Amino acid sequence: MTVRELRDKYLSGEVSPVTVIKESLGLINDKDEEIHAYLDVYENALEEAVKAEECLSIDKDDTPPLTGIPIAIKNNILYKAHKATGGSKILENYTATYNATIVDKLKKAGAIIVGSTNMDEFAMGSSTENSAFGPTKNPTDITRVPGGSSGGSAAAVAMGSVPVAIGTDTGGSIRQPASYCGLVGFKPTYGAVSRYGLMAMGSSLDQAGPLTNTVTDAELVHNVIAGQDNMDMTTISNDTYPKVEEKDKYTIGVPRDFLASGIDEDVLGAFESHLEDLRLAGHDVVDVKLPLFAKGLAAYYVVMPAEVSSNLARYDGIRYGSRVDGEDLLAVYENSRGEGFGDEVKRRILLGTYVLSSGYYDAYYGKAEAVRQLMREELNQVFTEIDIIATPTAPTPAFKFGAQKDPLSMYKQDIFTVPVNLTGVPAISIPAKSVEREGKSLPVGVQYIAPHAGEVRLFDLGKRMHDQV
Amino acid sequence: MTKEEIKHLGHLSRIKLDDAQVEKFNIEIDAVLEYVSQINEIVAEGELTKTVGPVQNIFREDVITNEPGSYTEVLLDEMPEKEGDLLKVKKILNPEE
Repeated sequence: MTVRELRDKYLSGEVSPVTVIKESLGLINDKDEEIHAYLDVYENALEEAVKAEECLSIDKDDTPPLTGIPIAIKNNILYKAHKATGGSKILENYTATYNATIVDKLKKAGAIIVGSTNMDEFAMGSSTENSAFGPTKNPTDITRVPGGSSGGSAAAVAMGSVPVAIGTDTGGSIRQPASYCGLVGFKPTYGAVSRYGLMAMGSSLDQAGPLTNTVTDAELVHNVIAGQDNMDMTTISNDTYPKVEEKDKYTIGVPRDFLASGIDEDVLGAFESHLEDLRLAGHDVVDVKLPLFAKGLAAYYVVMPAEVSSNLARYDGIRYGSRVDGEDLLAVYENSRGEGFGDEVKRRILLGTYVLSSGYYDAYYGKAEAVRQLMREELNQVFTEIDIIATPTAPTPAFKFGAQKDPLSMYKQDIFTVPVNLTGVPAISIPAKSVEREGKSLPVGVQYIAPHAGEVRLFDLGKRMHDQV
Repeated sequence: MTKEEIKHLGHLSRIKLDDAQVEKFNIEIDAVLEYVSQINEIVAEGELTKTVGPVQNIFREDVITNEPGSYTEVLLDEMPEKEGDLLKVKKILNPEE
């Protein structure tokens, strides 16, 4: 079921929000014990469905676009009076004291939030195995991970409980789980969507966006949550970047050198097959050189931990969250953070503290920021010649639980997605051909990348290559 | 990187680490630092350009924007320890030091 189909059926009176929300809650009840996409389910969604039904009965054409649509949100997004854990033990009992801007916007558009979804702790991970509350399973093959960090959001949509879930993406956390679960996942231009009320991970990288079944739905929901916000000074206006136009025929650049190694053969096959589909649809597919993109992951693992170590300093067991007692104030900090954080979070905080320490600041953080600027320049140059860049979304299909044994091999899952966050451009993952593993068909995504503020182009090509096929 | 350095980082970032964690993080962080050293091939020391994003600071009038006290109760509810309407913390000054 898509948002668009539900909306049409609400308007024609074929189904009602109460029926849909009941089905949604029923499906979660039946399936989620196994999948574990949700951390919390909101039973009061039914009361909201009754209200949505009243609105539709009064003047249906005048109702906002998401009236009565069930939606799930990642648990690092604050929803007033509801638990917001960020997937961490340190916030196990934390209740949000205000709404994120995107929550206000979704509610204003009539959406009904049915639950909050599981995630890697503070959005750090590519499999949801780092959640303090246990992993989420991939609905397409429950022996495999759903991807991460927005794995719960991806699974919630893939299991059919909601037509859309909101995730956050710092280095691929919307697009990679979309790829693993056979969905559309969209990461907007940095600043297109307000981060107010999102738990900060990497403040210069984080963006929130939708996971959906169609590009049409992703566009619809993105347009609801996007926009300038007085509460987030990094949000952009319509004229921050030059206007990017849609075209009948796109020139699509493929960074061939970047695809030369480290990619699963079947994933590469699915990608090549998608390029052929693009050619058949009349687009030009050309090779481009983006040598710095291949170094993106290295720069990312300096910039991101640095921002993580600063942002997560706030979780100290003093004003909110779990406090673990100690003999003095210092011991309270060390005990609360020592017991409250999981290994991946600790690793990144330590790494970030190291690269920001005075003797090493220029050698690591200064250089990584300089690389980032060079990457932006390289990208701007390439976009004078082509319209869209295409890559596989992730180098492999969904892997088995426990398959990535060391941190670095897990980090490499994000090799194609992190350059997008470092440069701040928008990107979308749409399902390509599936690959076979142990007799099961596993989805694989292809990523389109557009210039800053080029979301229209991604939606346009995405709809043509996915929704209309 | 040495184990002593990992312990020092743990102290700087206010995270209690046990010996097994120090050992594990030492190996893992070394591996990540080796990987990220690739950035040295791109920029040399001394050519570090600092850039500002496309968006500048936004200012508003310095006035109270919400009803005084409107968040008091919900914020108090989140405090791990309190006395009345006050947050309770360990003493931070030790007169013997």
